[in-house]
Amino acid sequence: MSLEYTSSEMMTVTAARALENGSTCFVGIGLPSEAANLARLTYAPDVVLIYESGTLQTKPNVLPLSIGDGELAETALTTVAVPEMFRYWLQGGKIDVGFLGTAQIDKYCNLNTTLIGDYRSPKVRLPGGGGAPEIATNAGEVFITLKHSSRAFVEKVDFVTTLGFGRDGKGRDNVPNIGKGPTRVITDLCVMKPDPETRELVVVSLHPGVSREQVQEATGWEIRFAEQLEITPEPGENELTILRELKARTDRAHAGQ
Amino acid sequence: MAEFLSLHDAVARFVEDGATVAMEGFTHLIPFAAGHEVIRQQKRDLTLIRMTPDIIYDQLIGAGCAKKVIFSWGGNPGVGSLHRLRDAVEKGWPHKVEILEHSHAAMACAFEAGAAGLPLAVLRGYVGSELPSVNDQIKFIECPFTGERLAAVPSVRPDVSIIHAQRADRQGNVLVEGIVGVQKEAVLAARHSIVTVEEVVDDLDTHPNACVIPGWAISAIAVAEKGALPSYTHGYYGRSNRFYKEWDAIARDRDTFTQWLDNNVHQTGESA
Repeated sequence: MSLEYTSSEMMTVTAARALENGSTCFVGIGLPSEAANLARLTYAPDVVLIYESGTLQTKPNVLPLSIGDGELAETALTTVAVPEMFRYWLQGGKIDVGFLGTAQIDKYCNLNTTLIGDYRSPKVRLPGGGGAPEIATNAGEVFITLKHSSRAFVEKVDFVTTLGFGRDGKGRDNVPNIGKGPTRVITDLCVMKPDPETRELVVVSLHPGVSREQVQEATGWEIRFAEQLEITPEPGENELTILRELKARTDRAHAGQ
Repeated sequence: MAEFLSLHDAVARFVEDGATVAMEGFTHLIPFAAGHEVIRQQKRDLTLIRMTPDIIYDQLIGAGCAKKVIFSWGGNPGVGSLHRLRDAVEKGWPHKVEILEHSHAAMACAFEAGAAGLPLAVLRGYVGSELPSVNDQIKFIECPFTGERLAAVPSVRPDVSIIHAQRADRQGNVLVEGIVGVQKEAVLAARHSIVTVEEVVDDLDTHPNACVIPGWAISAIAVAEKGALPSYTHGYYGRSNRFYKEWDAIARDRDTFTQWLDNNVHQTGESA
């Protein structure tokens, strides 16, 4: 009865289900973009996808390789200049959900996409902030999706590029005009949410077949599990078919360029 | 009024050693042909501003043109790292390059403030980010009306901005279509500007609200057919995603990079 699917597909489908139909979503490239488009192609046809390249209400037929692929402009309702995108649409409060990926995340949901090691002599230099620092604070709430590993899930990020809840969990307290921040983190193993009081990430749902030990092993701090720990619903046949078609179309399109 | 020049002459006239240069284009319309001309003319000590340095600045940095890079996202889009940028920052090859990094929102606002003739941009930004601790050009000010704490960054005022666009008419008016990024802002913020175009036409055939930059606001126009490749020009040719992927291997190694630069930039003339 149960379908065959990979842990990556489980992650994407779960992330897609988090998006409400009709909401406006500022989409990061990569996994968030995959999940957001799957949502649009399945049960959330009226979700409004917005990319920082200025493409408003875009409906790409294939997933973009870059944030500024022509596909995004060609299928958008309209395309605005980048300053307008960040000032009017994001800072102006028109975005319900910011959907982000990251290289590192810590127990208070702070994101690091700047570097591993010390700033002046980095061990690994990463691309940097891009749109994330302001997406995370100016969107109504933030979803984060990434693969679960102890390299990515660290107790304290090396550098806070983008605010989750700060080094002490209180980074949003008493800050005016700021969004709710991260409300869920979706990985290939589980779904996590910040504790409403301490803001520490708590596992609320394990994907089918995943053990607590597996999650702990892939997390760089002693991870907490919710008292009412749930099992994430499996992907449906329709979602898997549409996701696989989307990825196949994308591969074909990019191979030809 | 914009002068129609060869790309060689435009770069020779407006890009001086030590200049602050913005070559813009948000993934789309990246002025690669102009960047290569800057490399061929061996310009040095440039302060290079771009939201996304992309392969174009990776090439300029590896070629030794850059003294400093101001940016907000320094990766190879959809692929990974910019290895020449990393090699310069981490190992000082071919020489040490200073970096100053922002967020996209701050840089976009800084370009807009530059176009607006203001000394600074104000935004609701950098809340809780540690970027202000490593970039002394990020400050916080209090709103005089509400008391809200807001971020401030200096406006971008380049000596010269370089962009690529679809076409110009014979009066030098330029049409930019598709993802327009911060190109108009970059041109208006700069003391001088060079616009490379795919073609010059009699009539721009445009719409009332299209992104048109008047010829009298531009210093020079140079025709550079396929001047954005491996980036793309909406309505003319697509992005070479394949090259962006290949660049990863080319740029990873200093010798391979140098060889590539010799074969594909130094040994090709402007008209090639």
